[in-house]
Amino acid sequence: MSLTTDLSQTAARSTGKAKAKSGRPAGSPTEAQKPRRRTRQRRERIFQWLFLVPAVVYMALFFGYPVVKNVVMSFQDYTTATFFTGEAPWVGLANYVTVLSSSLFSTSLLNTALFTIGSILGQFVIGLALAIFFQRKFPLNGILRSLLLLPWLLPLIVSSAVWRWILDKDSGALNRFLGDLGIVDTGVPWLTSTSLALIAVVGVNIWIGIPFNLTILYGGLQEIPDELYEAGSLDGATGWKAFRHITWPMLRPVVSVVLVLGVVYTLKVLDIILGLTNGGPANSTQTIATQSYDLSFHEFKFGEGAALGNVLVIISLVFAVLYLRASRRAVDE
Amino acid sequence: MKSAQRTTRRPLALAVAALVGLPLALSACGTSTAASSSEAVTEISVMDYYNNEPDKSFIGDALTKCGTQAGVTIKRETVPGKSLISKVLQQSSSKTLPDVLMLDNPDLQQIAATGALAPLADFKISTDNFAEGVLSAGTYKDKVYGLAPTVNTIALFYNKDILDKAGVTPPTTWDELKAASAKLTAGDQYGLAFNANPTYEGTWQFLPVMWSNGGDEKKIDTKETEQALQLWTDLVKSGSVSSSALNWTQADVKDQFMAGKAAMMVNGPWQIPALDKQPTLQYGVVKIPVREAGQTSVAPLGGEVWTVPQTGNKARQAKAAEVVACLNSDENQMAMAKVRNTIPSKTTLADKFASENPKLATFTELIKTARARTGELGTEWPAQATKIYTAIQTALTGNASPADALKQAQGQ
Repeated sequence: MSLTTDLSQTAARSTGKAKAKSGRPAGSPTEAQKPRRRTRQRRERIFQWLFLVPAVVYMALFFGYPVVKNVVMSFQDYTTATFFTGEAPWVGLANYVTVLSSSLFSTSLLNTALFTIGSILGQFVIGLALAIFFQRKFPLNGILRSLLLLPWLLPLIVSSAVWRWILDKDSGALNRFLGDLGIVDTGVPWLTSTSLALIAVVGVNIWIGIPFNLTILYGGLQEIPDELYEAGSLDGATGWKAFRHITWPMLRPVVSVVLVLGVVYTLKVLDIILGLTNGGPANSTQTIATQSYDLSFHEFKFGEGAALGNVLVIISLVFAVLYLRASRRAVDE
Repeated sequence: MKSAQRTTRRPLALAVAALVGLPLALSACGTSTAASSSEAVTEISVMDYYNNEPDKSFIGDALTKCGTQAGVTIKRETVPGKSLISKVLQQSSSKTLPDVLMLDNPDLQQIAATGALAPLADFKISTDNFAEGVLSAGTYKDKVYGLAPTVNTIALFYNKDILDKAGVTPPTTWDELKAASAKLTAGDQYGLAFNANPTYEGTWQFLPVMWSNGGDEKKIDTKETEQALQLWTDLVKSGSVSSSALNWTQADVKDQFMAGKAAMMVNGPWQIPALDKQPTLQYGVVKIPVREAGQTSVAPLGGEVWTVPQTGNKARQAKAAEVVACLNSDENQMAMAKVRNTIPSKTTLADKFASENPKLATFTELIKTARARTGELGTEWPAQATKIYTAIQTALTGNASPADALKQAQGQ
């Protein structure tokens, strides 16, 4: 959408320029030069479009096709046999009915909401606090900041394997540590208690998400001119007051982008949950994403998996629209 | 304005052409295997998931040998276990399946149901002497599509030193199992370890107690299955089994056993190489206990079947079938079973194999009565297996009694 408007703008601009040129009275071009200029313009425009082709092809192949395919699939009885025979009978809304009326759906939906809200809240608050902390000048600032990026650089499957070990009830490092401090007696069943597992999974996801929040927010903070703080301090705005009246309002465009992006990322988290708990114990960490994955790739109910996937896409879409608005506003400001 | 419109149309057409053309070109790459069937076959392709040593070499050697016997060279591809099925489905939609395909036995139903596999009877491959469970694992709608040269199952491993010290003999009934596990639980050490995680592995480990007690996967809210689930629940509730079992894999269970943190464990013979690497560890293997003395211990059948996909080239399929038959010859079964710590799938080889490999004797005995997971339900197995592990998790976390957990899951 934005691509086409950009293009028409550049097109308009170039024709405008050409008009201005041709409108010049002195040394006006001869009749012979006009068509040449027109072919040059045309060639330029062809080039403009050609530059777009790779992007359009890429988007259509890797985003358009799967999304459309997924929507189509969700209205079909798509089984393993479909892959060989190509036959997938239409079943209308049956897949959606099955998926949405299953007793597991409400659990997954609630878990998805809790997981997303919890993760975002934790990531954002800690990320912002760290970003503000790192704004001060102190030795090793740069090294520490790059060390904090580590969770981001680790493959998710590695992170979840390490955390699974840390959170183990009997021999996990966390329980050892808490035990040595005398905080707990017996092992806390982080990943095997239905009331703790979701909290533990959210905790790990917060750990993974902090670097992203830290980086973007730190960048946003750098943009705020020092003069504002200087002026503020003259008026007595320091510390918390400076944060409330200078930092927060100035940072808001970045904040909305970070939050919306975070929500979209978090909604679809799969690897971390599969790696830590597989959706267990007793579905207490099952989200829409993991359930959709299970339906498709373990139970081979591709139609139902696709239907559930689309539910997630729609939820994400709401936030994606919010993101587009937020980012446009951020650019405008 | 007019000229602008004219100029944009052509690149647009180009873009559309590229969009339409690219997928066509991509799919065209895939259909090159349809060679004429009159050609002499010199090479056949094989796909399996033995991508780790030492199995990778053992299977590779057997394939090469069988290829030589059939007069073809083997072009083998090994993929990670988890990605095999998605790869097979991709290949079946692009009609690029290999000539010989290995599948994990519970997955055979799904692939056979697609029509992508050829019945082995078409190639006159003998199915004589195979254990009943092995044949039923390879059978879809009364036709045999896959044969496993060697198979495996699970049993009860016990740490000899720990049991001796505590004066405990390996249990044979559920009561003995409970008593022994309780007695062997002290400090850091649990009496027993098994896996009850929310995957098919958790279901697989529960099947022996469920089946031996007469439970049935078609209908899980029965007295027999409830009793079995009660046993699992009791063991966790009493603390004889760590509640971490809810999240452990079979490999985790093995690690606990090797570290001396579990006196007994439910596991399979594929762990033997790892266990043998620790010479101080003295272990024995017995059948998984039954509720009452006199019941038969029924174990689930594991292992991979070899199949001949419908590639459309009769000559290649015939060669592929020769290779599959060769892999299943008596001689190859014995050799592969020995090096891979698995069990020959022909019952006629059982006694000889057990006497030559005493470590695997219990497993060999179990294979005779082992059941295939898909034997009753066919393609319905994954859905039902999901219900079983859901019920296990619900009961073990105390969210519902075993009876209610099973009822809920069955109704799901």
